[in-house]
Amino acid sequence: MHELAMTQSIIELVEAEARKHGADRVDKIKLRIGEFTGVVKEALEFSFDVIKAGTLAESAELEIEVVPLRKRCGCCDTVFGSTGDFDFFCPDCSGPVEIVSGRELQIEYIDLA
Amino acid sequence: MHRIEVGSNILQANEEIAEENRQIFRTRGLFVVNIMSAPGAGKTSVLEETIKRLKPAVNIGVIEGDLHTTLDSDRINALGVPSFQITTGTVCHLDARMIHSALHGFTLDGLDLLFIENVGNLVCPAEFDLGEDLRVMIFSTVEGADKPKKYPVMFHEAEAVLLNKTDLVPYSGVPLDELIANVLDVNPEANIFPTSCRTGEGIDLWVNWLTSRISAPRSARDAATATGG
Repeated sequence: MHELAMTQSIIELVEAEARKHGADRVDKIKLRIGEFTGVVKEALEFSFDVIKAGTLAESAELEIEVVPLRKRCGCCDTVFGSTGDFDFFCPDCSGPVEIVSGRELQIEYIDLA
Repeated sequence: MHRIEVGSNILQANEEIAEENRQIFRTRGLFVVNIMSAPGAGKTSVLEETIKRLKPAVNIGVIEGDLHTTLDSDRINALGVPSFQITTGTVCHLDARMIHSALHGFTLDGLDLLFIENVGNLVCPAEFDLGEDLRVMIFSTVEGADKPKKYPVMFHEAEAVLLNKTDLVPYSGVPLDELIANVLDVNPEANIFPTSCRTGEGIDLWVNWLTSRISAPRSARDAATATGG
């Protein structure tokens, strides 16, 4: 459900950026969405299709790259992570870990007409 | 056609307003707690028990978030604590703008501690910074030991996790040790408190921890007041 609110933010940011560059149409929006965000790619795509009508992004293609959760061990510096692995300790030494990637909610780029 | 590298956070607008909220709270020396859980985990009951133990030494206010009704706000008001009910209609979480708007209708004057009870939801609220100092998650033990693995983001984001309704453990058969282990897997630094609002188990431990957690910002506030800041 929060994907709807996020899509509204995306459209607002994209339209502001397009206007800043004097464009009246957005052809493509590229997003980077972290695996560890609770955001569902399909729900975002669905929300976008619902909201885009009447905006500068009405005919834009939406590309969503899902960024896997990667973690770094604070003790042995190992970087690790695989899809769906949400355990926050090091598999080698059980040390505490920090998130390297997977929390992204980012508009990477837009293509303007 | 030309490509524009944007790099913006999708929730940038929310984070900017959350930062404004944080400045408002900090200026007042107000400590703010964002309480999150699934519907029915016991957020309001834990709040009631917490308020009973902190009053009257601490001046408390509560902002309640629900889809509909003022039931929760009424329960808090009954304890003599000012509260403000946000009804979101269909929105499944509170965001920073809703809190900012609420501050126009709810005075923070004289408050030391503000609880924000988020909309009951195990997923969405975790993504929206409200400007709080502390995130607390309440999880009802009867929801099952596997949920930290299934809904890891909120468990990961919470500094304290209350495992509530422990009085029902004998009936639900949910293994508490397995639940605790699963919370620690997704958040090794979580402060975990098994609690029951029925029996009172663990509530004092939680309130003592909260009090000590608040004390650092309170000292900072006192220092700011002493220097006229």
